[in-house]
Amino acid sequence: MTIETPFAIVDIRQLRKRFGSNEVLKGIDLDVRRGEVIAIIGKSGSGKSTLLRCINGLEEFQDGTLLVDGQPLKHGDAKAMRELRQHVGMIFQGFNLFPHLSVGRNVMLAPTLVQKANAAEVDATARRLLARVGLAEKFEAWPDQLSGGQQQRVAIARALAMQPSVLLCDEITSALDPELVGEVLKVVESLADEGMTLLMVTHEMGFARKVSDRVVFMHAGRIHEIGPPEEIFGAPRTPELQQFLSSLH
Amino acid sequence: MIEFSVWQILGNLLLAARWTVALSLLAFVGGGLVGLSLLVTRLRGWPGAATAVSAYVHVFQGTPLLIQLFLAYFGLGLFGIDVSPWVAAGGALTLYASAYLAEIWRGCVQAVPRGQWEAADSLALNFGEKLRHVIAPQALRIAVAPTVGFLVQVIKGTALASIIGFVELTKTGTMITNATFRPFTVYACVALMYFALCWPVSAFSRRLERSMRRDH
Repeated sequence: MTIETPFAIVDIRQLRKRFGSNEVLKGIDLDVRRGEVIAIIGKSGSGKSTLLRCINGLEEFQDGTLLVDGQPLKHGDAKAMRELRQHVGMIFQGFNLFPHLSVGRNVMLAPTLVQKANAAEVDATARRLLARVGLAEKFEAWPDQLSGGQQQRVAIARALAMQPSVLLCDEITSALDPELVGEVLKVVESLADEGMTLLMVTHEMGFARKVSDRVVFMHAGRIHEIGPPEEIFGAPRTPELQQFLSSLH
Repeated sequence: MIEFSVWQILGNLLLAARWTVALSLLAFVGGGLVGLSLLVTRLRGWPGAATAVSAYVHVFQGTPLLIQLFLAYFGLGLFGIDVSPWVAAGGALTLYASAYLAEIWRGCVQAVPRGQWEAADSLALNFGEKLRHVIAPQALRIAVAPTVGFLVQVIKGTALASIIGFVELTKTGTMITNATFRPFTVYACVALMYFALCWPVSAFSRRLERSMRRDH
């Protein structure tokens, strides 16, 4: 379900990013509407993760503009970055849970520090979110006592605790054993159903086809093809996308 | 020659050991505070900060502690500043310890995976919150062993302060030797004293490391 709003929640214009002399993003234009689910696919090295990491400022870009909820991303401005990052959640391939904090405290840390919410409220929210990802009983557990799939679900709860408007998923099932992929994707799918705006870099083509509103195919630092999943997977127009898709089988 | 019993020697050395302990504590606490601010300055990523801190560290790691003590004691004297052995030894050891601790702790911070910084960034934590709640607790666990190891180096390093006339354990040992002409007995006692100071510190570090592993 997509809700039309006057401006895009993520608005990227002519974004260019270089690592030294190597230009990895060569002018990206992308609008993401509120509630839209975007899957980003492409070969490794095509710039898809870098693009995602630009959206919450983990990577600096040299040229172009990036707006989240109408606010431009400004690297030098710590206050603006802090504001922006409260609207953009991110989930990583490697989970990146804080190993020295219990599961519950992983989820509660940012709301407590950043949003200065009161303790009882934060605690209740954390328990509700952990229940939502099916881990209500793990509140007191340590991250290293959980399976990869469980850790990734905690990471999702942790990101949701900040009530983000956009959630970035960077190959979140790539580090999981095959039998654990399903439980994580189920959570992501339910988020999509509830109208969360999602941008996900993924290798799960079946999943991308099922849940996304639009699929972005990246090639050599550019958006090579973009469109609804039926078109991208069913009728790829460029030889690069055709080759990419056939290489997956 | 004056006759000293072994007990008298030990008694005098024990009294002198107080000053070794005091100087070590001063160097360690002062060095820790200065080292920590150097580390934070570096992590802040201010322009030029990393280069400046790295130069500071290289200067103190690249010159002998003895020469640093000489410079602090005699060097400042050249400018008409009268420094007591206390100030010179305390100051030089503080700077020396700060350089090493800043470098040791930087390594510990670097050992925390980059993903931890990124996760903290993504959750909108600011620099101080990130350091205090995410990075420091993890770096601290790694830091215990090398930090305490360095504390042992500092305790032994205070012996050099005897050269600029600071009366601590080693200097007292020399003075007693001059009075008794029993260098072997006296210096053996001095060595024992240093061992009695350093060994419990190492043992404590091993225990601390074990307990931190358990209760995380």
